[in-house]
Amino acid sequence: MGVSRIFVAGLGAVSPAGWNVAALRQALDQGEPLPVQSLARPGWDPPLPARLVPNPATRPEFLAHPRLRRSSPITHYAAAAALEAVGRLRANAAAKNFRLGVVACLQSGCVQYSCRFYDETLKDPATASPLVFPETVYAAPASHVAALLENVVLACSLVGDPSAFLQGVALGAEWLCEDRVDACLVIGPEETNWITADALRQLDRTAIVAAGAGALCLCRDHELSAGVELAAITDAHTFSARLSRAEAAQAMRRQLGPQLPGELLADGIGNSPRTDAIEVAAWSDWTGARISPKRILGEGMMAVGAWQCVAACDAVAGGRFAAASVSMVGSNQQAIGARFVH
Amino acid sequence: MLFPPTDSVAAPPRVVITGAGVITALGRGWKPNAEGFRSGRRAFRPVSLFDVSRQRVKVAAEVDVPELAAQGSDTSSFPATKLDGRQLDRLDRAGKMLVLAAQEAWLQSGWQTTDASAENLPLVLGTTAGGMALGEAYYRQAVGQPSRHRQQATRAVFYQPQVQARMVFDALGCSGPITIVSNACASGANAVGHGWNLIRGGQTERVLAGGYDALGQLVFSGFDSLQALSPTVCRPFDAQRDGLALGEGAAVIALETLASARRRGAEILGELIGYGSGIDRHHLTQPHPQGSTTLAVMRQACIGAGVTPDEIDYVNAHGTGTVLNDGSEALAISEWAGGRAATLPVSSTKASIGHLLGGAGAVEAVVCLMALREQWLPPQLIFETPDPACKFPIVQQPQDAALRLALSNSFGFGGVNAALIFRRWA
Repeated sequence: MGVSRIFVAGLGAVSPAGWNVAALRQALDQGEPLPVQSLARPGWDPPLPARLVPNPATRPEFLAHPRLRRSSPITHYAAAAALEAVGRLRANAAAKNFRLGVVACLQSGCVQYSCRFYDETLKDPATASPLVFPETVYAAPASHVAALLENVVLACSLVGDPSAFLQGVALGAEWLCEDRVDACLVIGPEETNWITADALRQLDRTAIVAAGAGALCLCRDHELSAGVELAAITDAHTFSARLSRAEAAQAMRRQLGPQLPGELLADGIGNSPRTDAIEVAAWSDWTGARISPKRILGEGMMAVGAWQCVAACDAVAGGRFAAASVSMVGSNQQAIGARFVH
Repeated sequence: MLFPPTDSVAAPPRVVITGAGVITALGRGWKPNAEGFRSGRRAFRPVSLFDVSRQRVKVAAEVDVPELAAQGSDTSSFPATKLDGRQLDRLDRAGKMLVLAAQEAWLQSGWQTTDASAENLPLVLGTTAGGMALGEAYYRQAVGQPSRHRQQATRAVFYQPQVQARMVFDALGCSGPITIVSNACASGANAVGHGWNLIRGGQTERVLAGGYDALGQLVFSGFDSLQALSPTVCRPFDAQRDGLALGEGAAVIALETLASARRRGAEILGELIGYGSGIDRHHLTQPHPQGSTTLAVMRQACIGAGVTPDEIDYVNAHGTGTVLNDGSEALAISEWAGGRAATLPVSSTKASIGHLLGGAGAVEAVVCLMALREQWLPPQLIFETPDPACKFPIVQQPQDAALRLALSNSFGFGGVNAALIFRRWA
C-alpha cells in the first residue's frame, strides 16, 4: 500500500427530499421531518407510513440506457447518485480515462422485484417472469452502474446493516491504496415497498421507512478533491455475546477520539427513543453541532448510512465545518465511525 | 482502524489454509465430500423442500441437514455448538449449513476461543440469498394471514446474512468484523479472496472465509423461468449441454499466515497464492461471448501468484452447464492456457453437486484443496461430446494425478468474475 491519503472527489444523493445533494442539504438545514406518504399492505387496512422518493422533475437521461430499461427503482437511485458523485471527475480531462471501482452496499436490496417475482411464483411458477428475476439479486445495482459508467474495472456488493456503508468506504479506500482503481464510487441505495415497511413496523413501531441512495466518489489525487479528506474509519465493533450494542457504540466513540474544533457530528439517531438510546448515550458529551438525517428523511436502511456520510462531507466541502464525524450504531451488526476533514 | 491502513509490510505474508469445513449434497465434512468428488458421484434427487410440480425441472442436489431435536425430545442429530436451543431454532437451512461448515473449519484449524485473535477474527462470507427461506415464509404469512404477526419479527431479523454470520461467532465462541459479499455466484470466491487480501495487507493474521446458500423456491423458480435449468442432465462443457442444476451447501476455510501456522505447529491443508477479480459489463446475466473478463482475472491471479498457466495442474471451472457460460469460459481458458491447454485437466464439480450460487466458489476452493492434498482429479462422469471451444481435456474418469497448483473460477450474475490459485502443501 503505497498511498494512504484518500480524498472525496464528489457526492451524490437521492432521497425523499429530491434527486440531488442540494435537496438533501436543504431538507437537513430546514430540520423538519419530511411529509409522510402511505403504502397499502395487502389484506391490512391501516396504511403503512413511508417517505418515498418523489418523481424527478424530468425523466433522467440515464434511463434511456439499454441496461436500465427493466431495472427497478433501487438501480435508478444508485445510478442517479453515482452520476452526481462522479460528475466533477468526469468533467476533468485528466480523469476522463480513470479506472473506476464501484462498491454498492445494501441491507434490504431489490425488494420490489423480489416480492413481485415471488408472488408470481406462488401463483404459478410456470408464468413467473424471467425478465424480473435477474433484477432481484443484490449485485444488480452495482452491475447496472458499472455498465452505465463504462470505465468500471472492479465492483463489489456488500450486504449488512447501515453501518456497513463505512465498510464499503474502507474497501474503496483499500482498492485505491493498492492502485487497483484510480477512483471509487461507494453507493448505498435502497428501495422500499409494503413488505419492508411492514417488517420495519414489526421491529420498531415509530420508524418510518424511506428510500433513496447516497454516493461518495473517492480518489487518491489531492487535485481532484472536492475539499474533503477521509481521515479515519474506526474498527468494526461487532455486536456479540462478548460485546453488547452499547459497548460497541462506546468503543467506536473512543476510537474516534476527542472532538475537534469546529467539528460536526452526523449521527444515526432517528425518532425511536428505545432504539436510539445507545447512540444518544455514546455521544452525550458532544458539544458541537450535529445533524441526524434519519430524523428528517426516515429509516432508509443502507441509504441512511450513505446520507450521513454525504451530509458530513457536504458540510466540510462547503466550508461550513472544518471536520465532521459520522456515527453508525447499526441495527444488528456493528458500530463504526468515521471522520472527514477539510 | 479500517482506515488509514496499517503500514505496508516489506513483503506480503504467505497465506495458508489450516481448516476447511464443507457440507454439500455429497455429505457433511471433508471425508464424504472428498470420496464423492473423487469418484464423480452425482447427488441429485427430486426436490422435496417446496412444490415443483409446476416447474419445468424437478430435481436438485438437496443436502441432508442434521435435524434439531423436537421440543421435549433429545433426538437431535445436529452437532453440539455453543448455540442454545432458541438460537438454533431461529436458524434457517442456510444458517445451519453455514454453522456446520464453520464449526468443522474451526475445529480442524485448532484455533481456540482463548487465543488473542478470537476476540477480533474477521469473518468474510459470500451469499446470494442469506436466509431467504425466512423471507419467503415472511411473505407467505404476510399475504396469506395478514393479521397474524407471530414470528414475523424474528424472520425479519434472521433472514439477514450479517445476523447469520453473528450466529457463527456465537456458535464458535469468538467474534470479529463481519463482511458479507454478495456478488451473486462469485460471492464465495470473492469472500475467500477478500480474506486473503486482509491477511496479505497486514490487517490480521487469521480470517474465516467462505460461502453458503440454501435451495429456495424463489431462486429455483427464477432459474427455471430463465430456462437455465437442465431438463435432462447437467453436462458442463458438453456440446449437447442444456443447462445447469441447482444445489445447496456451504464451505468455510481457516486462513492464516504461514508464520502463525508454523508457530502453532498447525497442520497445513494448502496455500492460497493468487486471486483475481474483475467485472464483465457485457450484460446482467450473460458473459461476454469471448470471455474477456474471465481471461483477465485468470491472468491477474497468475501474476499475483507468480506462476504461469504452464504450471497449473488442474482447473476447477465455473462450468455451470449453460450454453453461454461454458462457451465463454472455454474460450477464455483455452486462450489463457495457450499451448498448455491441450494437456490441462479441467472439470466442473457442479456436475456432482449442482450450482451452489453464493456457496459455489468456497466449496470449489475446498475441492481444489482436497484434490491437491490427496492427489486426484474430480471427474465429470456424464460427458460425451466436447464443445468445440474446449481446447483442453475434460476429466471424465476418476484418476490419481500429481498436482501442485490448482485454479478455481467463479462468475456471477452482474458480471463479477473471480479466480483463485491454490498450491499443494507438501
